[in-house]
Amino acid sequence: MTSKLESAVREEKQNQEFAKKYKADFPILDQQINGKELVYFDNAATTQKPVSVLDAVDNYNRTINANPHRGAHTLSVRATEAYENARAKVRDFINAEKSEEIIFTRNTTESLNLLANSLEALVEEGDEILISVLEHHSNILPWQQLAERKNLKLKYLYPDENYRIPLSELKEKLTEKTKIFSISQMSNVSGVINPVKEMAELAHQIGALVIVDGAQGAPHLKTDVRNLDADFYAFSGHKMLGPMGIGVLYGKKELLEELPPFLKGGGMIEYVKEQDSTYAPLPEKFEAGTPNVEGAVGLEAAVEYLEEIGLDKIKEHELELTEYALKKMKELDYVEIAGPLDLEDRGGIISFNLKDIHSHDLATIVDSEGIAIRSGHHCAQPLMKFYRLNSTGRISFYLYNTKAEVDRFLESLEKVREVFGYGS
Amino acid sequence: MDLDSVYTELIMEHNKNSRNKHSLEDADLSEHGHNPSCGDDITLELKFDGNTISDAAFTGSGCAISQASTSIMIDLIKGKSIEEALELVETFIAMIKKDIEDQQELRKLKDAMALKNISNMPARVKCAVLSWHTLKEALKERN
Repeated sequence: MTSKLESAVREEKQNQEFAKKYKADFPILDQQINGKELVYFDNAATTQKPVSVLDAVDNYNRTINANPHRGAHTLSVRATEAYENARAKVRDFINAEKSEEIIFTRNTTESLNLLANSLEALVEEGDEILISVLEHHSNILPWQQLAERKNLKLKYLYPDENYRIPLSELKEKLTEKTKIFSISQMSNVSGVINPVKEMAELAHQIGALVIVDGAQGAPHLKTDVRNLDADFYAFSGHKMLGPMGIGVLYGKKELLEELPPFLKGGGMIEYVKEQDSTYAPLPEKFEAGTPNVEGAVGLEAAVEYLEEIGLDKIKEHELELTEYALKKMKELDYVEIAGPLDLEDRGGIISFNLKDIHSHDLATIVDSEGIAIRSGHHCAQPLMKFYRLNSTGRISFYLYNTKAEVDRFLESLEKVREVFGYGS
Repeated sequence: MDLDSVYTELIMEHNKNSRNKHSLEDADLSEHGHNPSCGDDITLELKFDGNTISDAAFTGSGCAISQASTSIMIDLIKGKSIEEALELVETFIAMIKKDIEDQQELRKLKDAMALKNISNMPARVKCAVLSWHTLKEALKERN
């Protein structure tokens, strides 16, 4: 009994120390909001930046900034170097084979729009696109529009009562006509992690192209694109400690070479004549216009920071917080959780509602206690409709969150109830 | 931020037990209003007697502020002419945008003045104005 208690106390201490150690690296977290110490639980929307990322961007702007590529002067050469170093860092982060397989975009949304636009060249009327009802709008709308333009069929996978999409569901929905299969690595609503490797294998067996939306995956799950064998993988820098406005599209080289460019203009050309043009090789073919070099430099610093700690350790920490929060929330009879209660194949995202209280009122009132949570439909209206939810509150964790913060959040729920005149 | 100035008794009462939340038999006009970004969703139903709004009610779902604002608005516009109602809509929106801050000018909004402090919460402004915009659309159709 004593040893069990001792180990529980030790674990608790480790969890606190882990977060405390890293929290100090994030200046923004050291402030009061509405008179209370900030608790930042909106990490699935965007994450905060450590000093090393802030410094890397600042240093780039103070000492290197110039338009990269084709510049003859020294700063332009240095800016090109900084940009390409960032690309190499991202390549290694997801274990891609070649640097030119890494296309810098603004974010996951742009990466997916690029694909839906360029893949038009490879589909024909009657083909099918398969996605899931779990998807974020950015992995739905581009496909809806492509389906409309080319007269394709857009089909959906649905989760079971356990919030997971069974592989049998995928087997059932895949047909010879399925040309594109696009799936999120982790749901931004229920926190469920999809078995993307197994799914990719099944989709490849019938010859479909496989796209994985890693917006919620890349920041938390160690991802090896070669092992995963996805044809394309998209993610955003700002959800993994990097700046906003820098995102990534990974694609297998032979596929990227086959696809026509998305945006056209400067930087992506080889020869331009009055009536036609030829395009630059990868990755420039997909990077029209002056790129976001400071963003790429910031993303490189973010990857370095995450790798130094290790994504596995970060995930372990997040799951400890999730387990703790779920356990406590389950005890409250006025809390309804919209996601699995077990910890298998799930990340640190919890969507929930308080009985008879709209999530926007909930978010406003916990904000008055200094706690930042998200409310609404989380850009996943089809999933909300599927679960017959109008909206939910959502908390999502990262490395700098602590159990003490979870406690403060739980206390704030009592306050929400009080404001609405429900007994505590 | 002072929560009490937003979640006032009046607003909480209208949210919880709105006498105006039901569907209207034989409505002359039905207008749907929606805040896609947060899911507030109302259907406003109106009955007219000539140029006068003789009855009004709503159905739907949303946060306390959107629901209370709709209910308070309905109390205010019943018995008013279309022109009077449109003027009240403009005054309410001006109050929320802080274009009108003079208490005298705002007095005609009666209970709807309780929503004035929403103007200090940019994230919630759209909840408060949803029903008023919906009414404006409906009345434009009627005219």
